[in-house]
Amino acid sequence: MAGIIVNQSKITDIDGAIKLCPFNAIEYTNGEVQVNAACKLCMICVKKGPEGAFIFQEDKAEEIDKSLWNGVAVYVDHLDGDIHPVTLELIGKAKELAAKINHPVYAVFIGSNVTEKANDLLYYGVDEVFVYDNSALKDFKIEPYTAAFEDFINKVKPSTILVGATTLGRSLAPRVAARFKTGLTADCTILDVKENTDLVQIRPAFGGNIMAQIITPNHRPQFATVRYKIFNAPEKSETTNGKVTVGTVPQDKLASAIDVLKIRQKEAEENISDAEVIVVAGRGIKKEKDLEMVNELAKALGGQVACTRPLIEAGWGDPKKQIGLSGRTVRPKLIITCAVSGSVQFKAGMSNSDVIIAIDEDPKAAIFDVAHYGIVGDIYQVIPSLLEKIKSM
Amino acid sequence: MEIVVCIKQVPGTTEVKVDEKGNLIRDGIDSKMNPYDLYAVETALKIKEDKGAKVNVITMGPPQSEAVLREAFMMGVDDAYLLTDRKFAGADVLATSYALYQGVLKTGNPQLIICGKQTTDGDTAQVGPEMAEYLGIPHVANVKKIHEIKESSIVLEMDMPTTLETVEVQFPCLITVEKGIFQPRLPSYKRKKLTAKKEVVKFSLKDFVDQDEKQYGSSGSPTQVERIFPPDVNTDKEIWEGTGEELGDRLFKKLVDLKFV
Repeated sequence: MAGIIVNQSKITDIDGAIKLCPFNAIEYTNGEVQVNAACKLCMICVKKGPEGAFIFQEDKAEEIDKSLWNGVAVYVDHLDGDIHPVTLELIGKAKELAAKINHPVYAVFIGSNVTEKANDLLYYGVDEVFVYDNSALKDFKIEPYTAAFEDFINKVKPSTILVGATTLGRSLAPRVAARFKTGLTADCTILDVKENTDLVQIRPAFGGNIMAQIITPNHRPQFATVRYKIFNAPEKSETTNGKVTVGTVPQDKLASAIDVLKIRQKEAEENISDAEVIVVAGRGIKKEKDLEMVNELAKALGGQVACTRPLIEAGWGDPKKQIGLSGRTVRPKLIITCAVSGSVQFKAGMSNSDVIIAIDEDPKAAIFDVAHYGIVGDIYQVIPSLLEKIKSM
Repeated sequence: MEIVVCIKQVPGTTEVKVDEKGNLIRDGIDSKMNPYDLYAVETALKIKEDKGAKVNVITMGPPQSEAVLREAFMMGVDDAYLLTDRKFAGADVLATSYALYQGVLKTGNPQLIICGKQTTDGDTAQVGPEMAEYLGIPHVANVKKIHEIKESSIVLEMDMPTTLETVEVQFPCLITVEKGIFQPRLPSYKRKKLTAKKEVVKFSLKDFVDQDEKQYGSSGSPTQVERIFPPDVNTDKEIWEGTGEELGDRLFKKLVDLKFV
């Protein structure tokens, strides 16, 4: 059992020991300092506590043979054969990772009437596309899709699998990862690979202003999901060296307890992920009515308005306009944040924007860490002054 | 019918801060029920009111997470289960899902399991689907509406990026519900008094069907946090100070420069 062992004799300051833990996992019960179930193994007590007081005890894990798992695979996210652009972004990243460890790049394409489309992916540098094309796979149903994915993994044994963190990907990837009892890291913002083929997965963690570097040291395949607009899509090339391989799923595994009765197209709506200019309203907005000023600025710049989680929680904004890990990821040409403090959750959703202008009163606000232009000032003065100048042009 | 709702206690604020040296700063200790779970609890209670059902809630966490189960009592759920054991500590998505799966088995024979869309501290939205895999039942994520509860199935509306899909799923199944599916009721003071002495059922590893320690907590977690660090700071930046008027003027000129106006 891996965990933190407490060496009572090394602890002289009990209060100090309890306070070491940011997750309140250290408690004093029955005359002993103990680590409770809230422990996240962040190791802060081991590093910052008195020498030898908190010791991390590791499991002896059974070693797996990583050389049996070869290839970086991308799940092809699509709707009726229209490939979601996050797929190409992931292929771009997969090529980068695969080149470092000399692995091939694979794609797995599950659907109905998709074999022809699979060919297109070869022009983006995929070495082999595995297609599962069956009328039973027309609509997304979890059991047959998982079965096809399972067949692909058993046949190909890829070391790493990247899945777009779309609505579908967030439902399918965990299901497949659990089937293989392997690790899955959601919403990675940086990916790299070690020489031993361990995928280095970096994401904001613990709901706070912290990044975590996560590895899956003893399980294969390694699953990671990545949001749209985090990585760059590769250029389409004129030639290809890859091939398309058709796979089949046994008929009995195509059965599902889910019946799709009706599919309705949603009305096309403004999507902040597609906006070139975004003005963001943050928690420093004092009244709902003051959003008018932010709207006006967005309009003057031909952009869209977005907001942060506190505003959604206050009921002032449409959840579809929320930027951040629990909202959308955006990558506009220009983003102006208005009184946004800049939590890691928020920054993870916008830090790849081309030009970031942040306006906030607090010179220490975390938003200035990612801003290209940090304007230390009151939005209630700066924005009206700016609007006046734009109007008088 | 029996329904199990999976809930979680999360930090009251999402602000865990880091100082200049990269150490975590202990902020306020307050915690609350994951806001998305309120919708899951409400969905179960609505079904109970319409069709009659026994609604159980389950959570995994340290002993103090009993607070969110008590809150669920105050909303009107029937029984509450707390999975708590030091051996569950340090669990990643897989080990969390496995422990919850083992816990759900102990609650009886649920036809429907409801989870919130995601948590506000992890934001992964992956525990529901992983649990469904362990339970060997179908799941539907992003449920926006419940159309009908039938004898042996449920008709739902699933919210996909460009479409709304009406699907019928046979019981038993697991669903994760969207914020806004129903307006969550407030905890009632009357129920608080009525349920003050009601026992929360506590399970530890030794109560589970599978007591293999290797399946739980950090031992059962394929992923490992190698290090934590503060996010990159962009050093290539300009910081402007001045009066509102000056700043507005300077910003205007910059936007003209960059050809945005």
